[in-house]
Amino acid sequence: MPPIKRTKFKLTSEQLLEMFYWLKLIRAFDERLSILVKQGKVRSGVYTGIGQEAIIVGTCFGLRREDFICPLHRDLGALLMKGVDARTMMSQMFAKTTGLSKGRDSALHSGVNELGIFGNTSMLGANLPVAAGLGYTFKMEKSDNVVIAYFGEGASNVGDFHEALNFAGVQQLPIVFICENNQYAYSVPLEKTMAIDDVAIRAEGYGFDGVAINGNDVLAVYQATQGALARARGGDGPTLIECKTYRWHGHSEHDKAFYRTDEELAMWKSRDPIPTFTTYLRARHVLDDQKLKEIESKVEATIEDAVEFASSAPDPSPEDAVSDLYA
Amino acid sequence: MSKELSYLEAIREALAEEMRRDPKVFVLGEDVGPYGGAFGVTQGLHEEFGDLRVVDTPISESAIVGISIGASQRGYRPVAEMQFADFISCGFDQIVNQAATLRFRYGGRATVPIVVRAPSGGNVGGGLYHSQNPEAWFIHRPGLKVVAPSTAFDAKGLLKAAIRDDNPVVYFEHKYLYRRAKGPVPEGDEVVPIGVAATRREGSDVTLVAYGAMMTPSLEAADRLAKEGVEVEVIDLRTLLPFDKDAIFRSLDKTNRLLIVQEDVKTLGIGAEISAVVMEEKFDRLDAPVMRVAYPDTHPPFSHILEGANLPNADTIAAALRKLAAY
Repeated sequence: MPPIKRTKFKLTSEQLLEMFYWLKLIRAFDERLSILVKQGKVRSGVYTGIGQEAIIVGTCFGLRREDFICPLHRDLGALLMKGVDARTMMSQMFAKTTGLSKGRDSALHSGVNELGIFGNTSMLGANLPVAAGLGYTFKMEKSDNVVIAYFGEGASNVGDFHEALNFAGVQQLPIVFICENNQYAYSVPLEKTMAIDDVAIRAEGYGFDGVAINGNDVLAVYQATQGALARARGGDGPTLIECKTYRWHGHSEHDKAFYRTDEELAMWKSRDPIPTFTTYLRARHVLDDQKLKEIESKVEATIEDAVEFASSAPDPSPEDAVSDLYA
Repeated sequence: MSKELSYLEAIREALAEEMRRDPKVFVLGEDVGPYGGAFGVTQGLHEEFGDLRVVDTPISESAIVGISIGASQRGYRPVAEMQFADFISCGFDQIVNQAATLRFRYGGRATVPIVVRAPSGGNVGGGLYHSQNPEAWFIHRPGLKVVAPSTAFDAKGLLKAAIRDDNPVVYFEHKYLYRRAKGPVPEGDEVVPIGVAATRREGSDVTLVAYGAMMTPSLEAADRLAKEGVEVEVIDLRTLLPFDKDAIFRSLDKTNRLLIVQEDVKTLGIGAEISAVVMEEKFDRLDAPVMRVAYPDTHPPFSHILEGANLPNADTIAAALRKLAAY
């Protein structure tokens, strides 16, 4: 299989700072949610992506409104980047009427078609056939819009993964499959769930390219995504990008994650995508103390405003439990 | 007098007409392309509408439904074919968890206009995996609609209604009726509304509720009873979810006796639900216990002797009617 061509890209200082803002906002959002769960203010259903933010920022940055994303349960940041405002997102976690599902389900089971966001179920990998369907419509329309479909390495063992990627390969659909390989399917480590090291090689069985990259390097993720997007928009079909990463918290906030060692966690924390990017931006004189302070203040204000809004937003009424079942 | 079509031709005509009317309608499934489907339902469609709108898929029932759901989120109205209703179990998750819940969990901001066609039923020598009647699984899932036509007229009219409906509809087409049921069909824009039963025979002594291929032996049994002085009112449900409670109640007000006939196995089939609803809301109108004639709680066997022993027929239905009338 020919190697994927290196994609050149140039980001302005403003764009780099915007990426930085998103990294910080997504991290802060998840960290706040974690606290809100401990405080009993958010009931549960919180699956943080802390440690995995570079994947979201690197893949969502610069997407068109018409492009579709099919995020997984840890990708709250993807919804924010695709245009769901922080108040709505926080309301969703607070189960308020101002949330996407009006209190009917937590987290990321809601989508917004107008923003190009699909909301998956808890059945991991079930978003992938849907992504194929979305991509198929772009193919029918001969449009150059694309779909980005996210899944964990765990979901790559589900039948839907095979059915969707096979169809995408046969039909040469404009889809970028992003594997967030965070090493654990809940408690079970990768080596117990697959006999290969890289999920990326599974792409070969579907007739398209797969690459494994450092998922904690936002620019590496961005570069690989831009290459895959160019192929997809140009009618050259799907690509699988496996982003190696690690989730710092447990599977969900109630999971103490005793199945892994402190040393392993510490090693991955040393690869935290945010300080790495901070160092890069400082070295390039894109970021200084003042800009950092500005960004951190903006992040804090956004989160505070969202929490304030969500906690005082109206609760759903009992009749909402049985409405919106049929159009 | 309009033209007469077979049940199978009526389905095909509904598909073709809807595809001509609305470019957002397309069909997908196994062998539905140039081959025309395992039963020939989609014959000619590929020739008229081409590869993109008549999609031969891999053997991937879950993806077939998932792709349909994805396309529906961009305004398309896909009609997915399960080659046999028995295979719908492989697409079950996408139907019951993805499609059925979507509108609810999106806070009412999206619709899922998909149709899943499922050739069902026995008496065709199909054995365990080509004879099943899995409608009850879907009647048990809020958010879905379930239809089961018994005539060519309804086969066409209900399919057109299902395609135009904004909700996911599971359309059970009975294989035994494909070439045996013939009759006039609706023309032009006429549809058969979902949720409305049809009274096939008027009577004042016993109400018989049935659907699909059970209509034929039910009407035959009613004719026999008429010769014995018992007038049976025969209601064709046509839609199983939501079923036409009012039509059943109106009839019960005349007859005070109810028999439900289903080809599905007895335990927790639609007969159980109708019976429970009648007990709850019409108990004071009953002069006899609600009775059921159904498939025994077993699997559809291959041998015609064994299958014949299981299938309800005019004899078993007439016997139940006599018992009810005499109660």
